[in-house]
Amino acid sequence: MKISIQNQVDLVEPLAETLLKSKKRLLQMHFESGVGHLGGNLSCLDSLITLYHKVLKKEDLFVLSKGHSAGALYITLWSLDRLTDDDLKLFHKDHTKLSGHPAPGWMEEITLATGSLGHGLPLACGLALAKKLKKEPGRVFCLTSDGEWEEGSNWEALIFAKHRQLENLTIMVDWNGLQGFGTTKEVAGLDSLKERFLSFGIPTDEIDGHDLKALESAWSRPAKGPRAILARTNKGRGVSFMENKMEWHYLPLNETQYRLALAEMDKK
Amino acid sequence: MRTTFSEALVKQATRSDFVFLTGDLGFNALEPLQKAAGDRFINAGIAEQNMVSVAAGLAHQGLKPWAYSIAPFIYARPLEQVRNDVCLHDLPVKLVGNGGGYAYGVMGGSHHAIEDYGILLSLLNMRVFVPAFASDLPPMVDQLIQLEHPAYLRLGKDEKPKDLDLPPYAPWRKLLSGKGPTVLIVGPLAGSLLGALRSLPESKRPNSWVLTELPVEEKTLPEAFLKDIKASGHLAVVEEHVAHGGVGEAIARCLMLKGVTPGCFSHFCAQGYLSKFYGSQNFHRKECGLSPEDILKELG
Repeated sequence: MKISIQNQVDLVEPLAETLLKSKKRLLQMHFESGVGHLGGNLSCLDSLITLYHKVLKKEDLFVLSKGHSAGALYITLWSLDRLTDDDLKLFHKDHTKLSGHPAPGWMEEITLATGSLGHGLPLACGLALAKKLKKEPGRVFCLTSDGEWEEGSNWEALIFAKHRQLENLTIMVDWNGLQGFGTTKEVAGLDSLKERFLSFGIPTDEIDGHDLKALESAWSRPAKGPRAILARTNKGRGVSFMENKMEWHYLPLNETQYRLALAEMDKK
Repeated sequence: MRTTFSEALVKQATRSDFVFLTGDLGFNALEPLQKAAGDRFINAGIAEQNMVSVAAGLAHQGLKPWAYSIAPFIYARPLEQVRNDVCLHDLPVKLVGNGGGYAYGVMGGSHHAIEDYGILLSLLNMRVFVPAFASDLPPMVDQLIQLEHPAYLRLGKDEKPKDLDLPPYAPWRKLLSGKGPTVLIVGPLAGSLLGALRSLPESKRPNSWVLTELPVEEKTLPEAFLKDIKASGHLAVVEEHVAHGGVGEAIARCLMLKGVTPGCFSHFCAQGYLSKFYGSQNFHRKECGLSPEDILKELG
């Protein structure tokens, strides 16, 4: 991981400004490419921007388990000058590295490719275990969606992480409450995630996933893991007609919606 | 084979990149490895999906993990983890499946591995190793340690007749000569079958080859093997694996590409559970026409 907390952007710009710029750039990228999955990208962009700009150190690793939020990851890397506007123009196009879900083996900051849910956390456990076995410094951060906690592999990983005392592992759940075809409550009764994590012996905090100070504090709390953070978020955060609407898991923006969304962002 | 495998790995256990994961299996075989590897021997529990992804994460960080279980639990249960996390990333994870073919016998279909390498070879970057004899394992383990790609090792039970002499290990070995058909055998069945075939008179005795590394590729077919096919005009492939995705299909494709067409082609392979009854490995082999006696009758 080459990104350092002391990157050039952070020396001149407050985080909130970086975030606003990034949100607008995310909308632009998805609009220009005619691509959906905006809701989940907007719900986790705050946490990714905070993690990458304020928390991640050279020796740390990050795994995006909710691979369908690749757009938010690409924009975060763009905000750090690791991807260019020319790169973003190719998002979802032919001959691109910026596929709809992160592709493997081309960029150090995209540690591992994901896309099928329930893979990121077990992979992150492997990374964390490797650091432990090799007695190497650094932490491993993993961002999951909430719906993907219906995957059994995540619970296997949670048992493993706890049993192996992977203290260098921090899990964040983008807890927006909406999944592909319903709410997480309707589909699988996943409104009690905190109790479930605690019952696995995983210390779990609940925070406002759009409060930048709370995010920074939660991500950077000293590693005494494995531990989890449930980040309460809104799907489609920042765009009134998208917020908490399931259809924005899928829909692309038309031009009118795009202009409206940008105007809303500017107002805020 | 399991014990020989374990002994071969014990010699590697002090490497700084060594890690061994087991899905809670290995009783009465892996204890010496457990002792030798210390904290690098990890019982990952009965959670194979997680185990394979963890292995991928370890490999990403420069370690060379082995992940072990009963064969179907290492390739079928966590197939998507093998596909996405190991193969798409081309990581050097070594999957080890104990009990290739019908080796688990009357334990039932859940424990058999009759479609393993067909499935795995359809994945990107995957190599497969099918030892025919226990003595294949030390050189194979050495090779697997060096391999920077995913691989699957299919273990079975050694069936080598005590008095059968083997040449040094190679992926293609000719172990019998004669004037009969050309036979290509995959897996430990080679031991029993060679024991039977060598009793045939020279006029009927097959030129018998043993293949231990897959995939079969057009460019790696030995010239001597092609010469035997051309001379005999009859190729028989024997494998404890279903026809689809098996070595028989792969060889047929390679021969077509090379323009070599034996007048006669036989394929002795696993056929599932024809009678819907269960029994020993030999019971299932017999039911599929895979027992040495059946093959001898067909080829002799």
